[in-house]
Amino acid sequence: MAKAPRVGLFATCLVDAMRPSVGFATAKLLEDAGCIVEVPVGQTCCGQPAYNNGDRETARAMARKLIDLFKNYDYVVAPSGSCAGMLHAHYPALLADDPNYAALALSLSQRSYELVSFLVRVMKVETTHAALAETVTYHDSCSGLRELAIKDEPRLLLQKVEGLDLKELSAAEECCGFGGTFCVEYPEISTKMVDDKLADIEGTGAATVLGGDLGCLMNIAGRLKRKGKAVKVRHVAEVLSGMLGGPAIGEERS
Amino acid sequence: MRSRPGGIKSNSHAAMADPVLREALAKLKTGFQAKRKIAAANLPEFEALRDQARDMKRAVLKDLDSYLEIFETKVQEQGGQVHWASSDQEARDIVLAICRQAKAKLVAKGKSMISEEIALNPWLERHGFEVVETDLGEYIIQLRAEPPSHIIAPAIHLSRHQVAAAFRSRHKELDDKRQLSEPRQLLDEARAILRQKFLAADVGITGANFLVAETGSFVLVTNEGNGDLTQTLPRVHIVLASIEKVVPTLEAASLLTRLLARSATGQEMTSYTTITTGPKRVGDLDGPEEFHIVLLDNGRTAMLGGPFEDMLRCIRCAACINHCPVYGAIGGHAYASFYCGPMGSVLTPALAGLEEWSDMPDASSLCGRCEQVCPVRIPLPRMLRSWRERAFERKITSATTRFGLGMWGALAKRPWLYRLLVDLGMPVLKLLAGKKGSLSSLPLAGGWTASRDLPAPEGRSFVTQWAEYKKGARQ
Repeated sequence: MAKAPRVGLFATCLVDAMRPSVGFATAKLLEDAGCIVEVPVGQTCCGQPAYNNGDRETARAMARKLIDLFKNYDYVVAPSGSCAGMLHAHYPALLADDPNYAALALSLSQRSYELVSFLVRVMKVETTHAALAETVTYHDSCSGLRELAIKDEPRLLLQKVEGLDLKELSAAEECCGFGGTFCVEYPEISTKMVDDKLADIEGTGAATVLGGDLGCLMNIAGRLKRKGKAVKVRHVAEVLSGMLGGPAIGEERS
Repeated sequence: MRSRPGGIKSNSHAAMADPVLREALAKLKTGFQAKRKIAAANLPEFEALRDQARDMKRAVLKDLDSYLEIFETKVQEQGGQVHWASSDQEARDIVLAICRQAKAKLVAKGKSMISEEIALNPWLERHGFEVVETDLGEYIIQLRAEPPSHIIAPAIHLSRHQVAAAFRSRHKELDDKRQLSEPRQLLDEARAILRQKFLAADVGITGANFLVAETGSFVLVTNEGNGDLTQTLPRVHIVLASIEKVVPTLEAASLLTRLLARSATGQEMTSYTTITTGPKRVGDLDGPEEFHIVLLDNGRTAMLGGPFEDMLRCIRCAACINHCPVYGAIGGHAYASFYCGPMGSVLTPALAGLEEWSDMPDASSLCGRCEQVCPVRIPLPRMLRSWRERAFERKITSATTRFGLGMWGALAKRPWLYRLLVDLGMPVLKLLAGKKGSLSSLPLAGGWTASRDLPAPEGRSFVTQWAEYKKGARQ
């Protein structure tokens, strides 16, 4: 690439608050791929909780803020298919009737990517120097899979991780029951869904389950912990960057 | 509209505790889901057909009135009668009048979701008619006096032991010691009883999968052939159909037929696909003397031109229901609506009002699998969200949710305050979790911690740590 692209890293509210290590892993992967990474300080949330709960005005206000904040980057990259999907697939429609922001929303949409698909599709990353001698499985989060068509990219890179053995879930494309506020509004239904996911994970015999969205991963990890299961949960960026020093999601600290 | 027995939250609690239901629903994955996947993969043009079907239905909806008028004229030319029903009550009255005029005693019914939508059976029974469902699944749930739990597999929630028990308790005239342990035995018994009903019925009522404007025909698909007996044996045949079932041509109907069974049951075609045009003619060996079509609106024209128009493309294949993880967890009865799953969650509020049914579009993780499998590419998640927007605007959304969203919005729009609170709060949570790394309970987070631990945060926010890291790197 002629000139290193300037990437605005949108950490997403969950990574920002709950798991900064995923943010650092994301930055490392982007820098290793040749990007100049910046993290705008004013970032908060993409507005998806408001958007999915019908609070369109709040969602629009948050979208405008995020658009202003990331206006001058070549790309906006988030370690989440859900939040990147919000920027890419929903902002244009959300702001279509806003004369000041319709065009800006479209521009942001075209520059917005989920991390792993950005590495593979835009930065043409084909390999990784990471190593993890473990059997892992991969959960396809719904938004990344269905709004951004992310399916092969994480697998492509995970296959290059030294020692890693990827065992597929029988229903990798089925929702884990997180669904944002759905999991707290309908906890019983959500729990049934995550229990199905847990059974699938255990069926693979994997020591670790990976995914690209912290919401889903916290849901899966939280349920695994509650049931006393030893399966570990990590964001795929942690493995690909080789930044595995800290405890897995919800895991005990040593 | 009928009053609603409970909401999804309370109904699903009992549903998920029912081991028979759980076992039945677990079969969706290896059954309908797996079979649809194979059927779609075996037809190279399947995806292209979906596009064609979407475009064709879209075009029909733009000129729905014209196609319906053409259809009406063609039906009349063939000697049939068309009745327009703007509401469920009008439809019930029309059917009742036809049954009375026919001096009917016994009404045989094929499977029809429109009859569920307008609550036809109780109405006819209240007016002295005996109504017998002839679709096996519908017959079983009629014996048990319960509504269908799925639009194409109405008794999917039952085990065969429950079916045997229903037969034993309701077929009192038969030998109590007979064997009913095998599906074949159940089938034979239902067949023997229903055969007598077909022969004795005065009126036959069926649904319709498609109405064909160019010929005035209707298309009916079944796997049991009961629909054909229902429409050919009784003297009078009534078709119940909603207005969006009309398609321009037989070719358009065949396009949808190629998608319907593959999306629904994973069959290439159903066992029976019948195209019927008008009543019995001179020289016909069988067929009804009178042929009536009741065209139901019941709120559908109000959907035209609005955000829910796309829903009128639906061909009732149930693919969205079969692939919905929420339906898979709770089954159809928990919705307490005549239509369930994603299609039902969009359609029910449109037909019966959002006030009473707002929890249907609400109870979804918006995973998008429904849209992925819809043969006519209905953007179901988008429409579920549109209902949520209306619920929010009309303040139907719960006060707790509105308050929570308001707080979050206020915070997210003030980055300095947001940063301060995150950087103060997360280390506290980390401390509370201690070495365990997760929290098993937390005030105000009961929705999460009732069944899940909350993984502990790592400390201060990423944005703050990154700024420090960059500052350190520069020094």
